[in-house]
Amino acid sequence: MVDHFSSFHAGPPQAARRSLPLTESAGARTILITIALGFLLLFLLLPLVVVFAEALRMGLGSYWAAIREPEALAAIRLTLLTALTVVPLNAIFGIAAAWAITKFQFAGKNLLITLVDLPFSVSPVIGGMVFVLLFGRQGVFGPWFAAHDIKIIFAVPGIIIATLFVTLPFVARELIPLMQKQGTEYEEAALMLGANGWKTLFRVTLPNIKWGLLYGLLLCNGRAIGEFGAVAVVSGHIVGLTTTMPLYIEVLYNDFNFPAAFAVASLLTLMAFVTLILKTILEWRAEQRLARGRLH
Amino acid sequence: MRIEVKDLTKRFDHTIVLDRINLEIRQKEFLGLLGPSGSGKTTLLRIIARLEFADSGVVEVDGRDVGTLGFEERKFGFVFQQYALFNHMTIFENVAFGLKVRPRGARPDKRAIAARVQELLELVQLGGFEDRFPAQLSGGQRQRVALARTLTIDPQVLLLDEPFGALDAKVRVELRRSLRNIHDATGLTTIFVTHDQEEALDLADRVAIMNRGVIEQIGTPIEVYESPKTPFIFDFLGHTNSFDCLIHYGKARLGDKELAVEPGIPDGRGVAFVRPHDIVLSPPNDLEPTQDAKLPGAAITRFVSARGQWAAVELLYEKRLIEAEISRERLNELGLSIGDKCTISLRLPRIYAKREAEKQTGIGDRAAARPRFRRRQRA
Repeated sequence: MVDHFSSFHAGPPQAARRSLPLTESAGARTILITIALGFLLLFLLLPLVVVFAEALRMGLGSYWAAIREPEALAAIRLTLLTALTVVPLNAIFGIAAAWAITKFQFAGKNLLITLVDLPFSVSPVIGGMVFVLLFGRQGVFGPWFAAHDIKIIFAVPGIIIATLFVTLPFVARELIPLMQKQGTEYEEAALMLGANGWKTLFRVTLPNIKWGLLYGLLLCNGRAIGEFGAVAVVSGHIVGLTTTMPLYIEVLYNDFNFPAAFAVASLLTLMAFVTLILKTILEWRAEQRLARGRLH
Repeated sequence: MRIEVKDLTKRFDHTIVLDRINLEIRQKEFLGLLGPSGSGKTTLLRIIARLEFADSGVVEVDGRDVGTLGFEERKFGFVFQQYALFNHMTIFENVAFGLKVRPRGARPDKRAIAARVQELLELVQLGGFEDRFPAQLSGGQRQRVALARTLTIDPQVLLLDEPFGALDAKVRVELRRSLRNIHDATGLTTIFVTHDQEEALDLADRVAIMNRGVIEQIGTPIEVYESPKTPFIFDFLGHTNSFDCLIHYGKARLGDKELAVEPGIPDGRGVAFVRPHDIVLSPPNDLEPTQDAKLPGAAITRFVSARGQWAAVELLYEKRLIEAEISRERLNELGLSIGDKCTISLRLPRIYAKREAEKQTGIGDRAAARPRFRRRQRA
């Protein structure tokens, strides 16, 4: 059968269930497990505990107060707005790019594949700076935007554009291998059965890539919420106006307002948790579908 | 519908895939496009289906350029080698797809769709499978669903791209029969692509044999099998034994016979191609003339394998391996076993110019050391 989920980063589920022949000695196994768990504890669990412990040190009341600060609420709102704008745009771009790359032959295709990866290989700070150079007061398009009274840099649009830049590859990266594997045969079959382009897209292509797309969107969402570098360059740090949650945390931290910083940080962590849990559910569903496919 | 392919040429980059193809498919005909991989057969089929476009030339349906026709006017059903079933849909939804995507005015209502789907699933003997998913079906069942799905659009032309290529031998033969029955029952014009000569000869009314972007011969299965125009076709359609001979004044000297060769074959070195079942064996030193070309000297038996009614005998004759297929009875009469000598006669040899034959089939390369598995594969 066609395996829709091969591009998922999770290991193949069937391999995990099968018990492997044990070749290592008990000692070696103990050492390996200790190292792995030790790392997890030290670098993942411990910081997490610290975040929540610090956030709640002054009690629930001050935690609640820190989050209900108008500036904190503004930061939360801005972060959500950014994610809500960036994720759908990325979905459209990701599908379009993956479609173009996998279903058509055209000049510059390899260049496009390389370019899609660019935001991953370039430091986010550089991404932010590029937009300052483009849209800033002294930038290429700056005077035109200034003349039309449109503010991009040090304003919300800049933050969205910068976030868009750093999250660009997620959906496309997820979909390209998936769609490459599926080829164009399903679309051709739909075409030969009389379906037009839109019907093919909504009834055949999108359902085929549904899980990969959702997975890509979750990764994209996680990054959009947490992005710091690129956003820091274009935001201008105007508290209450252009500070997203990560930027606001930095501002609080630099002001030695640790409990508030950690309170907002804990909230951001919780958001990440939600993303992580959704991702796990998706992977679990993928496994279920695979298992169902093998039933007969 | 009658389909006419006129001067069709197609290149990929600098490779010519189809070289001025001309082909007519008659109404209600079952045509097999047969050829080795890379011969251009699938590309030709896909161009007819308008899944690909030719660089020059036209495909006409009943005298009209297919490119000018809308979907309703050219209902070409297409069946893919890998089925291309929609994996997220049930079998019912797969088959109903062609009906559900029709424009609003032409779309049948729910009950009519259900009835039609039911009817088609019965036709392909898959009634009761409506709620399954493609992943729960075997390859043969999936291909039958694909066939039923294609029939929902009431195609007048059915195009099949190696439809049985991914199936095992037994299922393949079964499906062949049901495809032929559906073709006969519905009055479709059918074109199917295959690289399996047995399948093409078994199934088609006419077979077009393609090689390197051209159609080398087109005819009924019997015509192409019994009078292959080129050494390539002879070799491609079945197992080939080759014997050197000399052509002189349009006649080939072969054993104790002189045979007229087809016009157009030049004097000089020639080669006689003979099928294993046309190799006649007789006891050693048998000089009695028959109507077959009896070769001088003796062949040595290298290997005998009897299966059912037939026996395959591998012989060494003038440093070449010869494959013969004789009846079990004849084998017992001759009492052949490994190391025994016998005389060879050739029934119905086809004579070709040796240069051509070598160029097209590579017979020169496979003199004595022909691997034995070739024959087993064929069986």
